Amino acid sequence: MAKKVLTRIPKEEREETPLRRRLRVARHTLLPVLLIVVTTLLVLGATLSLAGYDAGQAGAALWRGAFGSWHAITSATLVRATPLIILALGFAFALRGGALNIGGEGQFYAGAIAAAAVGLHVATWPAGLAIGATWTAAFVAGVVWISVPVLLKLRFGVLEAISTLLLNFVAEALVSWMVQGPLQEPTHIYPQSATIPESAVLPLLPGTRLHAGFALALVLAAVLWFVFSRTRWGFHLRAASYGPRVVEIISRRNVGGMLAVALLVSGGISALAGATEVGGVSRALYQNLSPGYGFTAIAVALLARLRPGAIILSGVFFGGLEAGAAAMQRDAGVPAVVVYVVEAVVIITLLLIEARGWRRREALAGA
Amino acid sequence: MTEVLIAGFLAATVRVATPLLLAALGELLAERGGSINLGIEGSMLAGALAAAMGAVWYGTTAGMVFAVLAGAALAAVFALITVKWGADQIIAGTAITLGSIGLTGAVYRMAFGTGGARLSIPTVSPIDVPLFSKLPLIGPALFAQPLTTYIGLALVPALWWFLFRTRAGLQLRATGEDRRAATAAGVNTVMHRVLSLVAGGMLAGLAGATLVLAQVGTFAEKMTAGRGFVAVALVVLGRWHPVGALLAALLFGAATALQYLFQAMALDVPYQLFIVLPYLLALVGLAGVLGRVKAPEELGKS
Repeated sequence: MAKKVLTRIPKEEREETPLRRRLRVARHTLLPVLLIVVTTLLVLGATLSLAGYDAGQAGAALWRGAFGSWHAITSATLVRATPLIILALGFAFALRGGALNIGGEGQFYAGAIAAAAVGLHVATWPAGLAIGATWTAAFVAGVVWISVPVLLKLRFGVLEAISTLLLNFVAEALVSWMVQGPLQEPTHIYPQSATIPESAVLPLLPGTRLHAGFALALVLAAVLWFVFSRTRWGFHLRAASYGPRVVEIISRRNVGGMLAVALLVSGGISALAGATEVGGVSRALYQNLSPGYGFTAIAVALLARLRPGAIILSGVFFGGLEAGAAAMQRDAGVPAVVVYVVEAVVIITLLLIEARGWRRREALAGA
Repeated sequence: MTEVLIAGFLAATVRVATPLLLAALGELLAERGGSINLGIEGSMLAGALAAAMGAVWYGTTAGMVFAVLAGAALAAVFALITVKWGADQIIAGTAITLGSIGLTGAVYRMAFGTGGARLSIPTVSPIDVPLFSKLPLIGPALFAQPLTTYIGLALVPALWWFLFRTRAGLQLRATGEDRRAATAAGVNTVMHRVLSLVAGGMLAGLAGATLVLAQVGTFAEKMTAGRGFVAVALVVLGRWHPVGALLAALLFGAATALQYLFQAMALDVPYQLFIVLPYLLALVGLAGVLGRVKAPEELGKS
């Protein structure tokens, strides 16, 4: 019997060109994401029809409110996307190393308080300096706020997911006390702080409500991309979520310490969202400043598979969804809260894809 | 005067503690099986709305039943995606809660309209235990409470008995400690995890019903306000033991009731302090300051 001659290299052994690799990655990451988005919107439409709403009218209102005009895109969608992108970047920064920061909402408020408190005292400063001061203050406040869960994790092994979550409620109470106590506006009538001076207000894109916080979000995304893809520390952090022991041996780093740093930075980034919201949108500290941005951001980050560049896109998508939902409630009478259902469906679907991917990898590793 | 105040304080303590106790006992069951279910907040909220709808249309008993079913339904979804499909428990729980906020908000508006008028819901009245309810100080707190309080109190010894004195309880704990060993020993771990989660969801639903039918008398969006998350902390604070969960819930109730007491005594303390006190206590409890104790080994692993 003649020996079988290999005429072509088996597919697995063929060298992968960069282009092929990119295409493969795109197929594995982009396709499921697009599928999820489309399916979710279809399910939403079907549910609305079943509930007796005019799905076509609702969908049209959603589109008009989100992307239907230059005004809708800049003044509604991107303004809502800004805190979502920043918070999602914060969430992703910790989760890239395997730490779960569910306290984005609380850190948002910590940042908002710090930005308002500092913003009120920098009236005489030049604008750039004043804004820089509020952002720095917010970042520090976020780091301080999350340092409690970090300490509890390092010292007592407390699950950071639960401790950060619990601190959200403390932060909300703190805001409530601030706007009725130390930071209340001078007449002491309304539960809000005084309006911050012009120097601390973020510049707007002319003719729109889009503020400089969006630029900050883009810069942060670029920085995170650089840290994750171009620095050794970022590489080790990402590797730590797969095999902490291996990273400790290879890098001689203390993975616990790396995770602590990742969580602290994560808290700082999340707090910046509070600062841009106060400086760019509300211009004063209020209660209920965030309609649950911290939780929506989890969906934003997961939809982007924690990739900084993709977080911008998914942040804009969810920002559009929320802006559109507001229009949908106004024009078609559909309760805007249904976007939470959409978010939940997106998160769960992604989790399932992720979990199945894991199983495949584990099966391969075990073989 | 003082006696009235103290009796009122104790009664308020038990009243606040009841939904927390029910939810915490439910979460305790799930965690003993190795699942940390943050969706319990969603189960509670769904239970609250289901109780409101059931009570308005068919009466309070139907409200309770609806609430239990709604809580169980969400927990079943959680069980499906974490136990069967192996998704991350923390994120799945957060997603379930998020979905529940959206779903309850939408259904509430569809069922009762968007008007600003508060929904008035038939409530359950307290059941007085003859003679005992007239006891000084502790009478109103322990013997003149709605049915769900008695259910919660009765469940404490019942759960203790189940967990530590029955075969099924042992199997559930084994599932939570070492799933593979339990499976090897012939325990149906999947069944134990699913059933403990669903039973936990039922109790969370009942907790939501208590809020609506025995306390507030109306439904509002996001009305559970994180009580489900608190219940998760109470389980840790109570060291995964039913009696511990009861004590933790009472402690939490007392911290909240102090708020009313201080207001009644017109003390000038910011009320937000009492709002945060329970959360801080839970953090202290998580740190194990009250004594180290080991969590179920499989907790959080899908």
